[in-house]
Formats: sequence, structure tokens, C-alpha cells
Amino acid sequence: MTACREPASVLIERLSNGETTSLELTEACLAEITSHDGAVGAFLHVAGDSARQAAESIDRRRAAGEPLGRLAGLPVAVKDVLVTRDQPTTCGSRMLEGWTPPYDAHTVEKLRDADAVLIGKTNMDEFAMGSTTENSAFGPTRTPWQLDCVAGGSSGGSAAAVSAGFAPLAVGSDTGGSIRQPASFCGVVGLKPSYGRVSRYGLVAYASSLDQVGPFARDVAGAAMLLEVLAGHDRRDGTSVDQPVPPYGQQLEKPVDGLRIGICPDHFGDGLDPEVREAVERALDIYRGLGADVQEIELPHSRFAVACYYLVAPSEASSNLARYDGIHYGRRTDDHDGLVEMYSNSRGAAFGTEVKRRIMLGTYALSAGYYDAYYLKAQKVRRLIQQDYSQAFADVDVIASPVAPTPAVRLGQLTDDPLQMYLADAYTISANLAGLPGVSIPAGFSQDGRPIGLQLLANAFTEDRLLRAAAMHERETDWHLATPTFAGDAC
Amino acid sequence: MSETHSAEPSHGQLTREDVLKVARLARLGLDESEVEEFTGQLGQVLGYVGILEEADTEGVEPLAGASERTDVLREDEPGESLTRDQALSGAPRHDDRFFLVPPVLDTSAE
Amino acid sequence: MPSPTTIIGLEVHVQLQTRTKIFCGCANRFNPDEPNVQTCPVCLGLPGALPVMNRRALELSVRAGLALSGTIAGLTKWDRKQYYYPDLPKAYQISQYDLPFCQGGHLDVDVEQENGEIQSRHIRLIRVHLEEDAGKNLHDESGRGGDSRVDLNRAGTPLLEIVSEPDIRSAAEARRYLEEIRLLMVYLGVSDCNMQEGSLRCDANVNLEISNSANESIRTPIVEVKNLNSFRGVEAALVYEISRQQREFEQCGGIYADTAKQTRGWDADRGVTFAQRGKEEASDYRYFPDPDLLPVSFSDEWIEIQRAELCEPPADRRRRFVAELGLSEYDAGVLVDRGRETADYFEAVATACGDAKQAANWVTQDVLRELNEREETIESFPIDAQGLASLLGMITSGDLTTRSGREVFSSLMNNQGGDGSIVERIASIVEERGLSAVADSGALETVIDAVISRNEKAAEDFRGGKDAAIGKLIGEVMREVGGADPNAVRETLISRLRP
Repeated sequence: MTACREPASVLIERLSNGETTSLELTEACLAEITSHDGAVGAFLHVAGDSARQAAESIDRRRAAGEPLGRLAGLPVAVKDVLVTRDQPTTCGSRMLEGWTPPYDAHTVEKLRDADAVLIGKTNMDEFAMGSTTENSAFGPTRTPWQLDCVAGGSSGGSAAAVSAGFAPLAVGSDTGGSIRQPASFCGVVGLKPSYGRVSRYGLVAYASSLDQVGPFARDVAGAAMLLEVLAGHDRRDGTSVDQPVPPYGQQLEKPVDGLRIGICPDHFGDGLDPEVREAVERALDIYRGLGADVQEIELPHSRFAVACYYLVAPSEASSNLARYDGIHYGRRTDDHDGLVEMYSNSRGAAFGTEVKRRIMLGTYALSAGYYDAYYLKAQKVRRLIQQDYSQAFADVDVIASPVAPTPAVRLGQLTDDPLQMYLADAYTISANLAGLPGVSIPAGFSQDGRPIGLQLLANAFTEDRLLRAAAMHERETDWHLATPTFAGDAC
Repeated sequence: MSETHSAEPSHGQLTREDVLKVARLARLGLDESEVEEFTGQLGQVLGYVGILEEADTEGVEPLAGASERTDVLREDEPGESLTRDQALSGAPRHDDRFFLVPPVLDTSAE
Repeated sequence: MPSPTTIIGLEVHVQLQTRTKIFCGCANRFNPDEPNVQTCPVCLGLPGALPVMNRRALELSVRAGLALSGTIAGLTKWDRKQYYYPDLPKAYQISQYDLPFCQGGHLDVDVEQENGEIQSRHIRLIRVHLEEDAGKNLHDESGRGGDSRVDLNRAGTPLLEIVSEPDIRSAAEARRYLEEIRLLMVYLGVSDCNMQEGSLRCDANVNLEISNSANESIRTPIVEVKNLNSFRGVEAALVYEISRQQREFEQCGGIYADTAKQTRGWDADRGVTFAQRGKEEASDYRYFPDPDLLPVSFSDEWIEIQRAELCEPPADRRRRFVAELGLSEYDAGVLVDRGRETADYFEAVATACGDAKQAANWVTQDVLRELNEREETIESFPIDAQGLASLLGMITSGDLTTRSGREVFSSLMNNQGGDGSIVERIASIVEERGLSAVADSGALETVIDAVISRNEKAAEDFRGGKDAAIGKLIGEVMREVGGADPNAVRETLISRLRP
């Protein structure tokens, strides 16, 4: 097993007691990327030179006894939706190909402050719209477990990078499941924080009221460690919450006393893959075995979640993506006859199909005569969904469910049918609509070896309890210890 | 779309003209195959979201964002600006002072 | 046929006088010579950047709303107004749609009617809202169709939009309304309202109600005249547009093919309005609440704090100057309209010297003349209010004649009288030139007697009822006695010649 496949906490330990150096770790990750990323497609940009320089500098500072950040020397991969001043930022789109932003996202600043080694930018569905990473303009990301299957999305690159051992930690973003679902498809831990827990400053917006940045790791402790670095108040994001960040990593060993788990029967209906159902039920049994009380809850409006989401998110997206007009940054086509055509042709040429589809949907939903029936109605339903959850969390600590109806699908399997693809988000999008934290943890494999995740949702700003509940399951299982083997890979 | 357009959601009945109109509004150049594809697909999605009509939202306040906090303000204190070079660095066309765009022809003399 | 009724509503844009832009820390400064140096990820609309509301912009906005007698909302929010234009980098303007921070309100404006009578007009407001300004497009004026250039220094400047009801009935009234808004905003310190720099701009909606031959009342289609950037421009554009609509009405007999609202520009050089090609699909801005900006709530306490920051509005001040200080409407208008500092100066002089009318005369005539000649503002005026008051006090008490007072004034303006305070300098100038009024009436009478005897003809003429003849005598006495009070001289002469 290569060094990078060790959990982050183990690597931090080895770095601090001198068993390894940041440069060694970084080189090991870069070597893995060189060997295998051609097949996986996790990275859009590998920052080999600057990563080595950063690693060397951290090693020097460590040797000199200087104080170091919490992730000192650890390679971290960053989804290409976060702006970085020294690395290109494309959002998986031709629109931004070649653009290097003049500023860093808040979370990127936080990573630098924590002395993480930024190893590269990861692949994603274009502007985070999709759940397979096949909507990337630069080719899909495959799950390292089965290279003919997708890594999930939209943060497929980050999930695959951690799974494949390209980086022990990675950052993604989640608007409707874009961290949790690829975490499930790639067999890693992925957490979407409460809305407002992590600053969105420098996160290229898809749907502003739903987007959150969050961690990927090989285990719960790694996710807790990275979340601790990413979270916190930022004056530049009005929606970021000014609440102290608890030491998520410190209490993981402590089980949640009398853990109450809610399950919603709607989540186990038709369309759920039997192997996924089995994995989730097995996980629930594990919790029961630990003394947890598993009870049925009602989420009466959850059947509206997909419809609500696919109005709210595209509406906001149609507005957020209007700025890509070929004037101040991004692509401009030379093929035009005047300003209006320049806009249309530039946008028409540089955006991919899914992005166009959602811009169209959102523009329609906001247009005169339709606003009340679509956008406004969706906002009202959104409140009902949020109320369902606050009522449910009066009785339970977490809600357990599948992450996705199936394990990773084959490439091309869903891309022809947008509505089917949207429906596959049913388990994850409510957390975004209601602003709740959610985590996907490894919970098994299909018979043919594709990972299956378990989703736990908790009440807003109770990430500490959510992580502790997740760690309870992790301690009883070893799904998170499994690693994919590439064809021809010696380990 | 004009104000006079039907206020009834057209579930599953999106026309080609609707698609072209929306594309114009969104400044989104679509080729013929996309127009055709979207007419069907968007109609299908709009048909699906019609399910929301089943939700009783009588008296329900719309929820615009997951956070319902208010009053996040900044002080009127200067922050850092970019240099002009930085500001122009991503622009497809500029003359080192200004962003350049095709002529903005919004006037025509009487 | 009754004459047509003119119906005008104005949308006035006022740039707020904050240090920084509305959503970011970039300088809020007019700077056309250095394009694109006051930008950052936020006002450039770079991917990932987020807006955060400037507290000062809100304070100034609410003060403006209160001064306009509007109702401040308990909760207000911002919406995205979406359209494509190169000076709008996000392709949406953050504005306010259905929950503006201020609704209603009004402004009373004194307008001179055609018959010369002053009439007070009550202009109601629909709303006031706070939004961001766009950048600036500079069009190629060579006529060769070259690229337009975009400067984003202005993008994100806080902008108030004050929307009136269609209560304005003439072009002159529109101008007066705009002038009064400007004055109020400057008084409040909300804006510098510098029209050359575009910090006060206005769009006018105008149409006419005309009776046709069948005596039916017909309304001409509403025209929005855009981008009126001077008081003269507003008036001239509306005068032109009113007559154009009237001509059009006469030509079509009130039967219009298209009654939709039209947008027209104003060509100040040619003095005409011209049809503008409407922004395509401009009517559908797809407003929706900006998810990046949280709503703002105003507590009653906070609103009262802002109210306490308000100054006396210009209209109240004019009224008070007339009612309490006894000034003419004209003088009160001149003093108040000149700006808050000038009115403050006048008031300080009036209070200190105890003679408001005299203070008004001196400030409106002598002080303003000097300021105009020097192209300076009252803040840099060399004679402070205490100094001028003491000079006027000397005149009132008879220590100085008005004529000598003017001489002292102009000496002070020429930096004479040493380095001391104004009061000390006045004393030294009076001393140096022997301007002290001749208090010894005996000495004055001696001179008068001598002058009468030297000018027998003039004295005889005056005795014979020719009033004008006294001028020559007064003049001669004055020449002989430096500090004589002309009124005293006149009275003494009269008592001698017409006992």
C-alpha cells in the first residue's frame, strides 16, 4: 500500500514524529497520479512543482522547530470549483479554460494557513452540475474501484483522488449531493457541512443558497480534521455563520449516548437497488447492536424534494452563470455579428449540454408569468421540507438513508436521460434544501465490487454529533480500510 | 417572455418557440439539435415538477435560503483592490486600460 | 379645446457619498482618468466572489428616505435584476424589487407658474430603493464602429433610486423637483450630487392627456427619456418631448399604432429626443431574491438614531428664515439654495450681529459676489461669520458707515489689517484709515454749513422742492468727512434747508 492510502491522521502522526517528510509524501502522491490518473481522470491540473516547493518549505520549517499548521505537510486535492491564485480554475468548463483567478477562495486560504500541500485541482461536472463527472469538458472521472464506472459527481475527481491514493484528503462542494454521492461511489468519507458552516467566498457558485464546501477523507477522523480547517466565519460571505468551530476530531471516540436514528420508509421504496438496501440495513443493525434506537420518522414532503430542487437550483444557476459573457473573463468566440450574438455564440460554444439545460430551465422558471408557479412555489415547498426535518430532529439525532439508489453506474448509462439522472439525487438534495449537514460513509460493496455508502443527516450545526455517530459505525466495520487495486498494480 | 404570456405552467407542453425565447433571454446560442432535444427534455422536467401543485402551500412563507439570518453588514472601510493588470488579466480582449467589446449599439437617431 | 395636461414622473438616481462601494472595499471615487483601478473580485463579478452590504450606505439611504417623509420598511431585501450589458459584469444588477427599504414619501417644491406666481407643489413618491451602479461603457465616437471600451471603476457604487408618482405637471416643475432633491441630498450629506460626475442622474417618464376632436380624453403613449444629466437637460428634454408628443397627437389624431412605452434618449447638442432601440427582452428582468445577501431589518430604535442625524431640510429652513428672521422669500431662497454651509454661515452672522436682514443683505450680495468671482466655496471664505458679524455690528451701532463697512470688507478680502483675528484686523483697518464714524455732530454741522454756503444753487433748488439736488450736497459733505454716516448727513441737511 502506498503512503498516500494511509488515513490522514496516521500521516500527520508520521510527519510530526519524523518517520516521513512532506516531500516524501508529496512525491508518493505525485507518483501515484502519474501512474494511474490517466485511467481515473481525477485531476484537471496537477501542481507538481509548487506542491514540491511547499512540501520542502514545510519540511524545513518543521526541522527548524517552527510552529506549523494543523495539516502541515499533508497533500490535499482541491475541486476545481474553488478559485486558486496560482493554479488555473476551470470548473470543468471550456468557458474558463486557461483562466487563473487573481484571488484565493477562503477555504484555499485556510488550507494554505494550515500548511497543507495543494497538490492539484480535481475534475468535476461542469460548474458542478451533474452526478457522474461525465459533464466535465475535460473527460470523465472513473471510480478507482471499477474503471468502467463513474466516480459520481459532481465532486468525482476529489472522491476518486482520495480513493485512489492520489491524496489523503480532498475538498469538494455539495449543492445536491455532490460530495456525498461520489464519496459513496468511491468508497470514501465525504461530508457536506451545514449551510453557512464553511465560507463560500471563492467557491464558484452553482446554486448559492444550496452550495457548501466540504471534506473528503479515507476515514471519519480525516473528514473531521479537514472540516475543522475549512469551517469558520468569513466576513466576505454574508451567509457564513459566526459560530465557533468545535474541535470535531477530539471527541470522535465518544459514542453518542442513546443515539436515536430516524429512518424514513419513503427512502426504501421502489427503485432502490437491493444491494444498497442490504448495505443500509446492515449498517442499521450495527447501530442497533451498539444500543442505538432506530425509529421510523415521517418526512411528508420529501417526495417533492427533487422537483423543488430542480427549480431552485437551476433558477439560481441561470443567474449565477449569466456572468460568463465573454467580456471580463472566460471565453469569447470570434464568430459573431455584434454584441448580442457575441454573448449567445460565446455561451453557446463554451457551455456543455447539461449546463445549458439547467440555464434554460432556470431562466424559464424565473421568467415573467412563470415565477409564481415555479420558483415561488418551489420556495414555499422548500420551507415545508425544512420544517419536516426540524420536526424529525426533535425526535432523532440523525437520519440514516442510502446515498444513491445504486452503486456507481457505468459511463454513459444515465447521460441520455436527464430526468432519470435528477431523480437519482432524491436522497441527498433535501439536506441542501434544508441546510443540514450530511455525511456519506463506506458501508459495503456490491457483489461486483462497487462501494456503497450510508448517508447520515443531522440537525444544522451538529456536525460534531454527526461525525461521532459516523465514527461509531466505522469502528465496527472495515469497509473504509479497503482500497481499490488498479490492473497491474503490485499492491 | 411577455407579461401577457399565459401564467399557467405548461407542464410537458413546452414549444419550440418557448425554447427559442428562453434561449434568447439567457443569451444562449443553441444549435438545431439542442433546440429539439431541449424542447422534449425540458418539457419532461417541467411536467415532472408539476408534482409541486400537490403540495399545500397555502399561507406558507417562501424560503429563499437555508439561512434566515438578517443584518450582515460590513463597515465602510477600504479594502484591497486589484491592480488594473490583474483586473484585465482574464479578459478575452482589452487594450491595457479598458475591457473591449463589440460596439454597443443601443441608439439609433430619429 | 382644453389645453393638454402634462404627466411626468421622475426616477432620480443619487450616488451615495460613502468611502467604499456598496458590496466591497474598493474606493467609491469618480476617477475616469485611471480606468479599471478601483475593482476587486466582488465588483468585477469574478466567479466565486460575494457581496456584503455596506453599513454606511444603508444609513445614508435611510436618512434620505426619512428626509423624504417615506416609510422605512421593517425588513428589506435585495433582488437580482437580470440583463446583459457590458458595464454590468455579473449580468445582473443587485437592486430592490418588491421590498424596497422605503415606500411612499413626498417632496414639496415651490414652482414659479407662467403668471409669475409661486405655487407650492406636492410631489408624491412611490418608493426609494438602494442598488448598485453599473460601470461605464465608452462608445467609439469615430463613427467607424470600433469597439466599445468598458471601465468598471464605477461598478458597485451605492445608488439610491427615488421614484416619484406622475405628479409633475411641467418641464419647469420637473427641473425644480430635481433641484430640490439635489439640495436635500447635499444638505443631508447623503451625496455630493455632482452632475458633471454623474452622481445625480435622472430618467423622466412623460406623456400627455389631450382631448381629441370628439372631446374624449386621450393619453399619449408614455415615453421614458433616459440619462438626463443636467437641470437644463431635464427641462429642455421635457419641453421638447411634450411638444413632440403634441405634434404626434395632432398628426395621428390620437390613434396610435403602438401604445407601448417607448424609450428615448436626449441629444443635448441637437436639442432633440430620439428613439432608442429597446434592450431586447428588456421587459423581463427575472427578478429574484439575491441568495448571497441576507435581508436587513430596521428596528424602530435604529431608525430613530438615523432620524436624529437629519438636519433641517432646505424647505423648512427657507420657511423659517422668512417667518422667524423676517427675510424676503427671495433672500431666504438664495441663502438656502446655495447650500447648507452658506446658510449656516448666514445664520451664524445673523445671530451674532442681531440683525438678520442686514446679515442677509451682506451675505447675498457682498459675500456671494466675492465667492462667485473667486470661484470659491464658503468654507474657504477669508472672513469668518464672527468677523463679519462684528463688522455688521459696528455698522448697526453707527460706529461705522455702511460705506466704510464695505471698504473694511474689501480690505479684509485683500488680506489687509495684519495677522490677527478678523475682529483685530477690522479695528486696525478702521484705525489706519480713520474710518470711525464722526460722532461729534458739532463738527459735522460745521462742515454742512460750509458746504451749503459754497453751493448756494443746489441749496436753493432743494429748498424749492427739487429733491434730487440734495445728492450733490451729501456727496460733498461725505468727501470732506471720511467716516460720516450718509443718513445722518442727509437728515442734518434736510433739517437745515427745510426747517
